[in-house]
Amino acid sequence: MATRFQFENSCEVGVFSKLTNAYCLVAIGGSENFYSAFESELADVIPVVKTSIAGTRIIGRLCAGNKNGLLVPHNTTDQELQHLRNSLPDQVVVQRIEEKLSALGNCIACNDHVALTHTDLDKETEEIIADVLGVEVFRQTIAGNILVGSYCALSNRGGLVHPHTSIEDLDELSTLLQVPLVAGTINRGSEVIAAGMTVNDWTAFCGSDTTATELSVIESVFKLREAQPTAIVEEMRKSLIDSYV
Amino acid sequence: MASNMFVVPQTRGTVLCCKCGISMAPNPANMCVTCLRSEVDITEGLRKHVTIMHCPECDSYLQPPRTWIKAQLESKELLTFCVKRLETDLKKVRLVNAEFIWTEPHSKRLKVKLKVQKEVLNGAILEQSYVVEYVQQDHMCESCTRIQANPDQWVASVQIRQRVTHRRTFFYLEQLILKHDAAVHAIKIKQMDQGIDLFFANRSHAVKFVEFLGKVAPTRSRHDKQLVSHDSKSNNYNYKYTFSVEISPICREDLICLPPKVAASLGNLGPLVICTKVTNNITLLDPLTLRQCFLDTEQYWRHSFKSLLGSRQLVEYDIFNIEVVSPEYNLGGSKYVIADAEVARVSDYGKLFYIRTHLGHLLKPGDRALGYDLYGANSNNIELDKYKGLVLPEAILIKKSYEEKRQKKRGKPRPWKLKSLEMEVDEFRGRGNEQKVESDYEEFLRDLEENPELRFNLSLYRNREYQLSEMVSVSDGDDAPSVPLEELLADLELSEQEDGEDGMRE
Repeated sequence: MATRFQFENSCEVGVFSKLTNAYCLVAIGGSENFYSAFESELADVIPVVKTSIAGTRIIGRLCAGNKNGLLVPHNTTDQELQHLRNSLPDQVVVQRIEEKLSALGNCIACNDHVALTHTDLDKETEEIIADVLGVEVFRQTIAGNILVGSYCALSNRGGLVHPHTSIEDLDELSTLLQVPLVAGTINRGSEVIAAGMTVNDWTAFCGSDTTATELSVIESVFKLREAQPTAIVEEMRKSLIDSYV
Repeated sequence: MASNMFVVPQTRGTVLCCKCGISMAPNPANMCVTCLRSEVDITEGLRKHVTIMHCPECDSYLQPPRTWIKAQLESKELLTFCVKRLETDLKKVRLVNAEFIWTEPHSKRLKVKLKVQKEVLNGAILEQSYVVEYVQQDHMCESCTRIQANPDQWVASVQIRQRVTHRRTFFYLEQLILKHDAAVHAIKIKQMDQGIDLFFANRSHAVKFVEFLGKVAPTRSRHDKQLVSHDSKSNNYNYKYTFSVEISPICREDLICLPPKVAASLGNLGPLVICTKVTNNITLLDPLTLRQCFLDTEQYWRHSFKSLLGSRQLVEYDIFNIEVVSPEYNLGGSKYVIADAEVARVSDYGKLFYIRTHLGHLLKPGDRALGYDLYGANSNNIELDKYKGLVLPEAILIKKSYEEKRQKKRGKPRPWKLKSLEMEVDEFRGRGNEQKVESDYEEFLRDLEENPELRFNLSLYRNREYQLSEMVSVSDGDDAPSVPLEELLADLELSEQEDGEDGMRE
C-alpha cells in the first residue's frame, strides 16, 4: 500500500530517498520523522540506510539502483562510498561512475530487469549499467523529455509516467519494459513523477499533497493492494541463506 | 528529406483529474476545470463593489478628480467609464469581455459582467467571469450646482450693439453664430434694444466670442471688470468681466457720403458711395464711376462716419428706358454695367428723372427697381455740407425689385428655412415693434434669396412643410429668385434639434 508523508515540509520525497527491493537509502534530515516513516514500514524486511551523496541530501536524484547494484556519481566522496558498501547487503554492488551527467537518478529509470536511460549517456556508462545492475538498457524519451529518470517511476510490476505521454508512446514503452504503464500525476497535479514518489514491489511512498485519486491510480498500477512484503523477500532470503555458511 | 520522415501520429491520452478522478485531457495543472476553479479563484482580490457619483440633473458620472462624463444607461460610454473605474484591478488580470446585466433604473445599481483570464499553477490559463456591482450615489456636479444656486450667474458678458434702426445685421449674425457654433458656451443670450447680450461662465469663452465677432464684422470693443469677491488669505479675486462690442453702423445697400478726409485717402472716391458688402472689411462702390474700395476695420474707426440713407428709405422706381453706356465691368466677382436710365417713382409718375445707374446689366424697360430718392430727400448731414458745389444725382438705384413676382408667392411657405438661436426677449422691447421686426425678417429672407454670396456663409435647411408640386406650376423664365435646392441641407429631426439647443447652453 502507499503511504503519504513529507521530508521537512516538502512533498518531493522521491528526491530525498531511494527505494529498491533490497535496500532503502534515506537522506539525513533535521528531524527523525522521515527516517522513522521508512523504518516503520521496512525495518524488518530490508535495511534502511541514512546517507549523503557528494555531501548533498538529494540522494534520490543522484544515484540509480536496483536489487543487484547501486550506481553513484563521480563526485561521491570516498567515505560515503565506504559507508554505503558497509551498510548495504553484500550482493549489492556499489559502483562509482565517471559520467558527465552526474544526476544519475534523473537520467536512469530502472527496475530489476530493464532500464531506460537518457539519450545522451556515454556508451561506457551504458555498459556499466548493463553489467552492474544486470538489466537491459534502452535509450528513450518520455513525452518528449530526455530526463527519463524524473518523469517515470518504475517497479517490477508497473510504471507511472508523465501525464502528457501519448498513447503510442505508452504502448511502445510498455512493450519495451514489459510492464503495464499508466500516465498520471503525483502531488496534486505535479508532472515530475519520480521526484514526488518512490516505489518498490510491495510498497510506495508518496508526497503528502497526493490526492486520493492519484493514490488509487498508483496502487492499482503498481499492484500494491495485494502485495505482501514477506512473499517477495522470502525469495531473496533464500538466495541470501545460500551464501551463508 | 524532412518531409519524407515517418512521424508517428501522437494521440493524447487521458489522465485522471488529480482531485475528482474524472478522466480528462492532460493540462498544465492536471486538474479538471471545475476542480481548478474551486481551487483557484482568479477574481480574488478584485473589487466587486464600487461606488460611483451620478448627477441627476445632467445625467453624468464623475470621473475623479473633476471630470463629469455624460452617458446614457447601458450605453457604450457608460461601459467604458465603468471599466475604467476598475483600472487598477484589471492590471492583474487580462480582460476579455465586459457587458451590462440589466438592473432596474430606480435601484441605483449597475451590474457589469466581466470575463477575465489569468495564468495559474504552472502555465494553465484560467478564464472566469464575475459580476461587479456599482452603487450609484447622487451628487450634483459643479456646473449644475452653480446653475441651481443662481441661474443668472455669469462670469463674463459680451454686449454687442449697432446703432441703426433695423435688425438685419443681427439676423445675419445669428445665422453666422449658428453655423460656426460660436455661442456653444453661452449660458444665456438676451435680445436688447439695439443689440444682443451674451453671458458666459468663463472669461476665455467670452474672449473667444469677441474675437469671432472681430472676424465677421467691423467692430470696436472695450472691456471692463468688476470685483465680486476677494479672499484675502489665498489672494483669490473673483471678477465679473464685461466686453462691449460696437458694430459699425454701415450696412449693405446704404448710401454714404464720405467725409473729405476719407474720400481723399481713398483716392478721391466720389463722395457718394454705396456699401456693397460688409464683413470685417467694408466694400464701397461708387455707382457713377464703378470704382470699388475696401475699408478695413481700423481704417473705418479712425474716421468713423454714418450712412446718409439706409435701406428703410428705399423707394420704388419704374424704369421706362435704359441705354447702356459702358461695357461690362467685373468688380470682385460681380458684374456691373453703367447705363443711363429714364425712371419715375412709382408713387409719383408725374416727375421723370434721367439718371446714371450701375445696374445696366439687370434692368430692362418695364422693370421696377429700388433706390434712394435724393431729389425728394431732405438730408441733414454735416459731411454733405462740407462739400461745396457738389451736384447730387436725383436718384441712385440700388437693386432690382421683385415685388410683383413676390405677390404671387405671398403666403406660401418657402422651400427652405433657417434655424434660430434661443434668445430671451427683453420685455419693454416688445411693444409696437413686432411689425417692424417681422418686416425686417422678411426683408432679410428676401435678401438671402437674391444674393448667393450672402448665403455662402450660412446653413439653410430644407423645409419639410413645403409641397413640391406647387413649385412646378409657377415656372416662368422671369421668376423671382429663389434658393436652388442643391444648396439646402437636409433638415434635422425635431428631437435632434432639441438636443442641439441643449448643447448651446452650458
